[in-house]
Amino acid sequence: MAEHSEHIVPPKIYAAVLTALLIGTVLTVQAAKVDLGRLNIVVALGIATIKMTLVILFFMHGKYSARRTKLVIVAGFFWLAIMLGLTLADYSTRHNEPSRSQLNQPSSSLFIRS
Amino acid sequence: MHRTGELFGQYRTLEQQKETATLGMWVFLVTEILFFGGLFLTYTINRHAYPTAFGIGGNMLDLNLGFGNTIVLIASSFTMAMSVWSAQTGRKKLVPLFLIATLALGSVFLGIKVIEYKQKFDHHLIPGHSFDITYCSNNPSACGLSGKALDDEKKEIEEGIQAEKRSPTDSDESGLVALDSHAQLYFSLYFGMTGLHALHMIIGAGLLVWLILEARKGRFDADYNTPVDNIGLYWHFVDIVWIFLFPLLYLINRHLA
Repeated sequence: MAEHSEHIVPPKIYAAVLTALLIGTVLTVQAAKVDLGRLNIVVALGIATIKMTLVILFFMHGKYSARRTKLVIVAGFFWLAIMLGLTLADYSTRHNEPSRSQLNQPSSSLFIRS
Repeated sequence: MHRTGELFGQYRTLEQQKETATLGMWVFLVTEILFFGGLFLTYTINRHAYPTAFGIGGNMLDLNLGFGNTIVLIASSFTMAMSVWSAQTGRKKLVPLFLIATLALGSVFLGIKVIEYKQKFDHHLIPGHSFDITYCSNNPSACGLSGKALDDEKKEIEEGIQAEKRSPTDSDESGLVALDSHAQLYFSLYFGMTGLHALHMIIGAGLLVWLILEARKGRFDADYNTPVDNIGLYWHFVDIVWIFLFPLLYLINRHLA
């Protein structure tokens, strides 16, 4: 028989996480209706990140998993950050990118209604 | 096939065996994070390049259906977590019940998605030859638009046409052509990303069916529950993807609607 060293998350915690996720969903919809200017996207992504963290820590047992597993999880997001960060840094600092007016020029008729 | 509680020769303990399975599942999920990450990156760059068209496209999605689907998917993650708990605590009879609840909620999600896709099809918002961003404002009765919602949409499209013009002296027609093609970019990404997410849901539903059949035989208990646990990880991951898709696709420009 196995030794039961794995951590069992009690239903109470699952229910608390569920409640937090539902509240977060309502909050993000309400916040989206208010004009916060550039902050709208920050609030939306901030709430989504908090929700994701709750899912990983509790539903996915990230908080209770082995150190090796935690390392893999963190490494995954680290690589994601490299992909997003370096690409967006490149896009936002290139000066020879096409100007808005050039981008607006329809280059292909494939998707354009006749 | 891996029998209940069996220890394979390459592991010293069942605990080590279980940990290895969890680690392997996470390595797979990391590849999935990067897979979806590439799409999120594409979306971000295009949204940045064409904010007007993407804002108009996003406001044409049905917020109530998207909100309802988010609730349904979160609830399904909860029932999935509860089935893992049932197995871990040896409640063999509860495991299939929570799995069936998860499958049912997952099916509701996909059903709502079908309704949404059908609506977009009816509103001429499928990228391609019949795409027409002005369809609903020109045929309000076909889209159930009236009163303030119709005025708002007309105003939004009119402003979009002006914003997409290359110079203020250009004709409205050229602004409309640009708006139309950039809105198609938005809907291509919308269908690509939600479609890929839905494909993951369908695969997850298939895995759940297998899991339910096995769980009904009483295969999963405190000693052996790796499949429930790992498919649970996959299910939660798909939930996380939606947690980001919902605000990015449906919400960002709502305050301007």
